[in-house]
Amino acid sequence: MNRTLRNTQYAILLILILAALLAIPVAAQGTNPPTDDDVNAVAKQLYCPVCENTPLDVCPTQACAQWRDLIRLKLSQGESEAEIKQYFVDNDGASVLKEPPREGLNWLAYIIPPLAILAGAAFLFGAFRRMKKPALAASAQSPEVDASADEYVSRLEAEVKKQR
Amino acid sequence: MTETMEAPVRRGAPLWAQIVIWMVLLALLALVGVTLNKRKQGTVQPGDVIPDFTLPLFDGYQYDGKSEVKLSDLRGKVVVLNFWASWCKPCEQEAAELQEAWEFYEPTGEVIFLGADYVDTEPEARVYLQKYGITFLNGPDMGTRISQLFRIKGVPETYFIDKTGVMRYVQVGPFSSLAQIQQQIDILLAE
Repeated sequence: MNRTLRNTQYAILLILILAALLAIPVAAQGTNPPTDDDVNAVAKQLYCPVCENTPLDVCPTQACAQWRDLIRLKLSQGESEAEIKQYFVDNDGASVLKEPPREGLNWLAYIIPPLAILAGAAFLFGAFRRMKKPALAASAQSPEVDASADEYVSRLEAEVKKQR
Repeated sequence: MTETMEAPVRRGAPLWAQIVIWMVLLALLALVGVTLNKRKQGTVQPGDVIPDFTLPLFDGYQYDGKSEVKLSDLRGKVVVLNFWASWCKPCEQEAAELQEAWEFYEPTGEVIFLGADYVDTEPEARVYLQKYGITFLNGPDMGTRISQLFRIKGVPETYFIDKTGVMRYVQVGPFSSLAQIQQQIDILLAE
């Protein structure tokens, strides 16, 4: 009985030690410094504040290098992607965002392109239909012509037979 | 002989839709026009009245015990507003001269120097201010609101605003000497 109890105690102790060993890497992972990929994942959602149309992750200027360093610092301090983006928007305006926030006149950037595509498609559809209609009408008329021609031919043949 | 009556063929979109489409297109054109016109305007021009703005100050800088400064609070003084950034090499060329000019006019109490840090990172901005020993009021241009107000084209740019709040002179690019800064301030002080 005593022996069984001792074995159980050993088993529990072993499980606790294993659990502690497994927990160490998980805890250490939280304190890992952010990698270049982590920094670039945020940086590519922002644009260079100085040069036009250059994403922050590929921008070679000193200003962008400083911004990437700041992103790294903020990530290491545990700030989330959204918090970091908001920091740059607060400091430097919404124009630094790759995707403009969905508000105010910015909505035009999201609404106009699909509307323009739809309008273009509707115009092309209409134009093709209009082009097709005369052709169909012409082909619909041709059997009548053929029919009258046939009638004429049959009458002509009848007349020729009579003559014979 | 037979006559056939053809039904009228309806062509295109209804009138109301055409009106809406044209109105939307015209509104878009107007928007593009206004934006392009704004861009074409360049920086604010001498003679323009500068609308009020508030510059939040970096830690360690205060005006009248406050951590921000409003342009309207500076009426009666000549204001020298300098846009700069720590990543801007030409800004470094004029940093010492600007500080020297500030030290020259500070005792008079008639001139205020403001530094607006444009799209910068605060740690580097602090290093820059420390490196050049800059003591005049400095703060970040939050949301680029002030630089948009002045429609700046880059840094450095310095605006001289007279005692009534009218912009009188703009220096695009760095100053070449202390005398160049003093010349503009002295003109405004003499008025």
